[in-house]
Amino acid sequence: MKKVEAIIKPFKLDEVKESLTGLGLKGMTVTEVKGFGRQKGHTELYRGAEYVVDFLPKIKLELIVKDDEVKKVIETIQKAAHTGSIGDGKIFVTQVEAVLRIRTGETGESAI
Amino acid sequence: MMIRRFSCFLLFLCLSFPVAGRAQEGGVANAEPSMEQRVSDLEAYINNVGRGSDSADSTVKSNVGGSGPGHNAWMMVSAALVLFMTLPGLALFYGGLVRTKNVLSVLAQCLGIAGLVTILWWAVGYSLVFSRGGPVFGDLSFAFLKGVGSNPNTDYSYWVSHNVFSMYQMMFAIITPALIIGAIAERMKFTAVIAFVTLWMFAVYFPVAHMIWGIDGIMNGMWNAASRVKAIDFAGGIVVHMTSGWSALILCLILGKRIGFGKELMAPHNMVLCMVGTGMLWVGWYGFNAGSALASDGVAANAFTTTTLAAAVASFTWAVMEYALKRKPSILGFCSGAIAGLAMVTPACGFIDTSSAVIVGLVAAIVSFFACFKLKAWLGYDDALDTFGVHAVGGTLGAFLAGIMATPGANAGLLANLKDVVGKTLWLEQLKAIGLIMTLSIVATAVIACLVKFTIGLRAETGVEREGLDLPEHGEAGYTF
Repeated sequence: MKKVEAIIKPFKLDEVKESLTGLGLKGMTVTEVKGFGRQKGHTELYRGAEYVVDFLPKIKLELIVKDDEVKKVIETIQKAAHTGSIGDGKIFVTQVEAVLRIRTGETGESAI
Repeated sequence: MMIRRFSCFLLFLCLSFPVAGRAQEGGVANAEPSMEQRVSDLEAYINNVGRGSDSADSTVKSNVGGSGPGHNAWMMVSAALVLFMTLPGLALFYGGLVRTKNVLSVLAQCLGIAGLVTILWWAVGYSLVFSRGGPVFGDLSFAFLKGVGSNPNTDYSYWVSHNVFSMYQMMFAIITPALIIGAIAERMKFTAVIAFVTLWMFAVYFPVAHMIWGIDGIMNGMWNAASRVKAIDFAGGIVVHMTSGWSALILCLILGKRIGFGKELMAPHNMVLCMVGTGMLWVGWYGFNAGSALASDGVAANAFTTTTLAAAVASFTWAVMEYALKRKPSILGFCSGAIAGLAMVTPACGFIDTSSAVIVGLVAAIVSFFACFKLKAWLGYDDALDTFGVHAVGGTLGAFLAGIMATPGANAGLLANLKDVVGKTLWLEQLKAIGLIMTLSIVATAVIACLVKFTIGLRAETGVEREGLDLPEHGEAGYTF
């Protein structure tokens, strides 16, 4: 099992979610986060006072998938979250050791 | 049927109680008014002038006694509108502009000032400003609102209840020191704000309000024939915006900059609150400006119109300048422009016509825009929310423009005591008043600020300022979701 973690532009969340549920995925966790990468921040101007805002709002999407689904999932996310401009985000994949469904006590892939 | 009977009863009450009150007051039983006198008294109500019985040597009583319902109703609404400007208008306007950790401190300061000034006003403030006394202060004849009842005080209005007039003027006394908060936000401790405002009311607000608006005030050109400076200030450009604006500049200089000013992110935490507050200020300003006619009459109607035009023109102009320079018309730009226009039209609104109001709006936006964008950067002071750039600049320039633009066509009252100067040298009188009030505000604020600084201290401790004033000073957090 793998954890797919994607940082995307907030307005792309709906498209990404639609495409992922289209694949048959049954769950995901979404967090509003802030951060910066190569896009850096932006400047805001309040009555002449200019502020550089380093941390931009992003969405972090986390989902646990079976090993054979990983490729398909990251391709889908990339396609849906892509705008071509800087700041589209990143996808990280890590190994997951165990999963347990709290209600039933099931473990492993059937608990995903 | 019930409603009709009830309203007949109400009408009976309205008509009979005040009459009874007035008749007893006189002591001597005056003659019954003739039919002609009765009609003339009703006309006096409609035209907002005195009745026959209002003159000192009158031997006739009036059947139209007490306050006039229409004028009184408008003034009670206006008083509520002016309070609405502070609570919550100004509180939200300023609150939205500070950082999350300081939002409650601004609200607390506005609430604290509302309570404090009300107590001062009741005790001696109203009397020092609006009783007859001397050229600078009134005496203490209305202390603790003694004798301030529902009958009009004919020094100021023939038809508005004295207590309503007192409450209306109190709302001005509340918002004036509250405006200063904008300059010292995010770093002055609450106790210091309260101590400063208490002293400031006695040193600046009460004397200035008496000098400009008191019936025997030395600079009340409008109503005091014996005034030394023939100044006009319709709704408080001098009394409210100049005093608070110039004092704010001095106080923020003595207080010093916020920790991290110019280096750290100090962007407004909630522009939505700021816009909501601005809308309330704009709406409330109708009570402030049109209400300053002290009657529901043509002068009020004109002030209502000029206020609207100046505010809208200034708001739009500010945003247009932002668009021209930065390609981004901002919410804070629209809001700042509106407030600048309102502040600048305040001293003039009841004296000028509509085309002058449009010019005031344009000047307000352009001058305040450069005060906030350039002047502040050049001089390097930390006027956190631009009290100086908007209110001092607006009030001062507005008072000067009022001297140039005032026309008897908009307000026939200008022909009473100002016939010789209006349209001629009135602007010179305005300059004299501006110079005197500016000096008083600056000197008094410097003295009071130093006094507070060397006794209880002005600033919150460094740790408190870093953490934000809300939790350490007030024990609450603005947002806990």
